[in-house]
Amino acid sequence: MADGAAEKSVANQEEVNMKKSVILGAVTIASLSAGAAVAGTLDDVKARGKLNCGVTTGLVGFAAPDANGEWEGFDVAVCRAVATAVLGDPTAVEFVPTTGKTRFTALASGEIDMLARNTTWTFSRDVDLKFEFVGINYYDGQGFMVPKELGVTSAKDLDGATVCIQTGTTTELNLADFFRANNISYEPVPIETNAEAQPLYLDGACDVYTTDASGLAATRAAFENPADHVVLPEIISKEPLGPLVRHGDHEWGDVVRWSLNSMIAAEELGVTSVNVAELAGGTDNPEINRLLGTEGTLGEMLGLEADWAKNIIMNIGNYGEVFESNIGEATPIGLARGLNAQWTDGGLLYSPPFR
Amino acid sequence: MSDTPRNIGAFVRHDQIPESPPPASETGIVGWVRQNLFSNVFNSILTLLALYFIYNLMADFLPWFFGGVWRAESIRDCRDILDGARGGCFAVLSERWHQLIFGIAYPQEAYWRPLLAFVLLFVAAAPVLFSDLNRKLLGFTAIYPFLAFWLIWGGTILNPVFGFLGFVVAYIVFDRLSHISFAISAIGGVVGAIVTWFVGGMIAAAVPELLALEAVPSRDMGGFMLNMILGTVCVSLSVPIGILLALGRQSDMPIIKIICVVFIEFVRGVPLITLLFVANVVLAYFLPPGTNFDLILRVIIMITFFSAAYIAEVIRGGLAALPRGQYEAADSLGLDYPQAMRLIILPQALKISIPGIVNVAVGLFKDTTLVSIISMFDLVGVIRGPILASTEWNGVYWELWGFAALLFFVVCFGISQYSQWLERKLATDHR
Repeated sequence: MADGAAEKSVANQEEVNMKKSVILGAVTIASLSAGAAVAGTLDDVKARGKLNCGVTTGLVGFAAPDANGEWEGFDVAVCRAVATAVLGDPTAVEFVPTTGKTRFTALASGEIDMLARNTTWTFSRDVDLKFEFVGINYYDGQGFMVPKELGVTSAKDLDGATVCIQTGTTTELNLADFFRANNISYEPVPIETNAEAQPLYLDGACDVYTTDASGLAATRAAFENPADHVVLPEIISKEPLGPLVRHGDHEWGDVVRWSLNSMIAAEELGVTSVNVAELAGGTDNPEINRLLGTEGTLGEMLGLEADWAKNIIMNIGNYGEVFESNIGEATPIGLARGLNAQWTDGGLLYSPPFR
Repeated sequence: MSDTPRNIGAFVRHDQIPESPPPASETGIVGWVRQNLFSNVFNSILTLLALYFIYNLMADFLPWFFGGVWRAESIRDCRDILDGARGGCFAVLSERWHQLIFGIAYPQEAYWRPLLAFVLLFVAAAPVLFSDLNRKLLGFTAIYPFLAFWLIWGGTILNPVFGFLGFVVAYIVFDRLSHISFAISAIGGVVGAIVTWFVGGMIAAAVPELLALEAVPSRDMGGFMLNMILGTVCVSLSVPIGILLALGRQSDMPIIKIICVVFIEFVRGVPLITLLFVANVVLAYFLPPGTNFDLILRVIIMITFFSAAYIAEVIRGGLAALPRGQYEAADSLGLDYPQAMRLIILPQALKISIPGIVNVAVGLFKDTTLVSIISMFDLVGVIRGPILASTEWNGVYWELWGFAALLFFVVCFGISQYSQWLERKLATDHR
């Protein structure tokens, strides 16, 4: 559920308010910009020489600045990929930290060009808030974590358990649905934030902690003895997270969409940051050639250089490399690919062909 | 009956007994302990309970503090070094201290600039806070805001210079025209300042490299520095605005009175966080697309409004506490309104208001952490966001929050001590 359940907690209220302010704002913006020709975001970014990319204020593995203030993480890589495609420079990004409450207005008002902030793709955000989700870079879902010593192997064994849960969120509703559907009972222990949950769960105030699976993994990774805790196999909700842009600027939406797709396709085609230079010399696989710009005019169609995708893979890496270096099994977070494997490996990642 | 004293063998002392020391049980540490800690059964029980409590606390705290790890790469590293022993993971402080103080994006080679501005803050504030100092130092106080702006934000020195000149021009015009009427001279002053700033802005834009420090955008301000900037600027702006509002609320002129009452009641009726959201989110919709109205400036305006309304009410309390005779005394001396306020009323009213003003100032300083909610990386924002979300330090809580609490405590305690000193110094009543 995208940055903890917190954001959805306010979603309803927020969206009601938002509707009002969007209407007001739209009127204002329309009246102010009437007559002025609206340049496309792509041209704006090229003219500015920098991409304004909205990220979270900090989520383990997905976006956080390091000791030198350099942003890194799985979502950050999407920003850098787009900057590389458009400007040829992965560092030409102005990262704008946003909270669950400020992110949509930042995007709608034009303060940021795109939002890569583990935001769940939902109907109302896509349709009602007038945004365009250009793809999915992480398939998440709500899961459960329990201490190993409980000996629980399935969420269905949790009858009568006390559950630490963030209040006022969809995780709460998902949880109620799940337990009712399985006809078992539970006792909720309301908590406010993930940071509050960590010590409570460790002190045994609750038997189970539930939130997004990626959040559970990150929380578990910070424990002194992570091996004493297990994440149960059940995932009880769908949380497709992806980058989004404003409605209406389709050229820009295409650039972001295909920047993401190029990383996914590169993994499927076996193009990595290591062998991309060599493959760019020309291969027998026409799709690789089209992707890397040695054949066809895909870059030109997007309004970019011919080697846009080659630059992405060379500087950022393909999807698998980004996954492994930020949240994969070699990192302390240690997420398995799961649903986020290529469709050829039984996952859901499926880039449309580069043709 | 006789007036000779009867000899009844009584002892009459003719010399004074030499002073002897009080009994050992009443002096020194023993006496103090007996009188203060064990004066009766109930107090003795309380003392023992308190000692037990303190012991438990210290038995936990001291090994944690002194056994702490100051050099490590990550929280896992810390745990390896501690190897089960009790101790804090203070390595997060030694690795990320610069982010806690200056924010994540302030250029590291320019740290001396805010630091210098911070040191100079004391020089600038001293003549305001301590009336015994040489009055000429006030000249530096007047320059300081512009100097500090140049140091912290960088850019050409022409910007702050023309900013300062604008005020000088406004004062000169006001002074020259003041014999005509107050309104005309005030308008003249404002026009003079705006013209100066406009011309200055064009000149500064023409030579952006003159005596320029590396420019740092507002977005890159952060850490405790941001709290200090917001706190200092907002407190120093909101005290004069609050005085004006308080006087306006007492005014006989209906329009001024209504404006002040509505402003104060509206701002006090709204939570600060709402105002911050307005500054951050709602304003963006009403400004033309592409407008870059500095976020820190927006936040400063909102916080200043907020605290000015509170300070106005505190000062109104001080004004109301003055006996009516003081107002009448000022009138009977033939003083006009500004003189009466400046010489008779405000000195007394402000003295009464000191504890209230300091209370608002301390509260305001801590309220600056609310900007973390609108995704600015102040001290709290840096901890909640970047540091706790980094793979290395996710899970370190006590050390970080303890450090933040310590920084805030030092500043707030300092402010409170100063105000108590000031109250003692200004105490002219005979109690």
